[in-house]
Amino acid sequence: MSARFAVGDQVRIARRDPRCHHRTPHYLQGATGVIERVLRPEGQPELMAYGGDGEPFRTVYRVQVPQAALWPGYGEGLRDCLEVEIFEHWLEPA
Amino acid sequence: MSDRHHHDHGAGRVHRHPRQPDDPEPRTDHEFLGMALRALLIEKGVYSAEDERARIELLQAATPATGARIVARAWVDDAFRARLLSDPNDAIESLGIDCLHPMIVVENRPDRHNVIVCTLCSCYPRMLLGPQPAWYKSANYRKRVVREPRAVLAEFGTAIPPEVEIRVHDSTAEMRYMVLPRRPEGTEGWDEERLAGLVTRDSLIGVTNPAVP
Repeated sequence: MSARFAVGDQVRIARRDPRCHHRTPHYLQGATGVIERVLRPEGQPELMAYGGDGEPFRTVYRVQVPQAALWPGYGEGLRDCLEVEIFEHWLEPA
Repeated sequence: MSDRHHHDHGAGRVHRHPRQPDDPEPRTDHEFLGMALRALLIEKGVYSAEDERARIELLQAATPATGARIVARAWVDDAFRARLLSDPNDAIESLGIDCLHPMIVVENRPDRHNVIVCTLCSCYPRMLLGPQPAWYKSANYRKRVVREPRAVLAEFGTAIPPEVEIRVHDSTAEMRYMVLPRRPEGTEGWDEERLAGLVTRDSLIGVTNPAVP
């Protein structure tokens, strides 16, 4: 399976919040970040939570988001960031 | 009669009962569902009661001393350290330790401090750090450490200068995370066992730094 995104790509985390199990924290939905690391394909949590096998598997990425972009008024001049695993089907090019 | 009753156990001795309540019987639908599911899994032979007991013992026997041993090795062995960062499971398993999960190890540097949280639940490398501390599972820590990590670290007594970048790792999916703290100054020549004694559970989560007492 080929990964859609590569390290350094700009991505947006989809804003979706479906009424089912998923692993994309609400506070990160809509945020823009950069791919920090490409992990392996894994079963989709939305399917596995309800007895499915998770197929087709989706590549998981670690996405880095600057804290200043997440939280209005976050400390001036700080380089702090947040890193999180996001499944490919939750990412859009930005 | 109150739960603080005193009574006479003969010979005139007064016996005070401890106040800890009994382990409560299941009461909610979810608890009954969990019990029924477990009974069915065992009845169908998916796993045995003995498998379950062994797994619980394995997880409960885990302690942060395991994580500390890994860190101490990384502090004295540069090749191991490089492998721990590039292929954590391979490096950790070479010490005879089973992680039970794919791992990522994040390294503290002079210009970068790392801290771990799971905002969705309480994902944690239990085999390396033992059971989660209660605060790691609290809504307070989970909400605040992503929003204001510097304030939360300060409450743990950890002051991070503004020129040092903080990376918060929200461990919400497949991987489990451990911090590789910086080796404290003044520990030149120490052997691994002595170094491991400096590494606390909290420093492996990233809310404190190891220090020479």
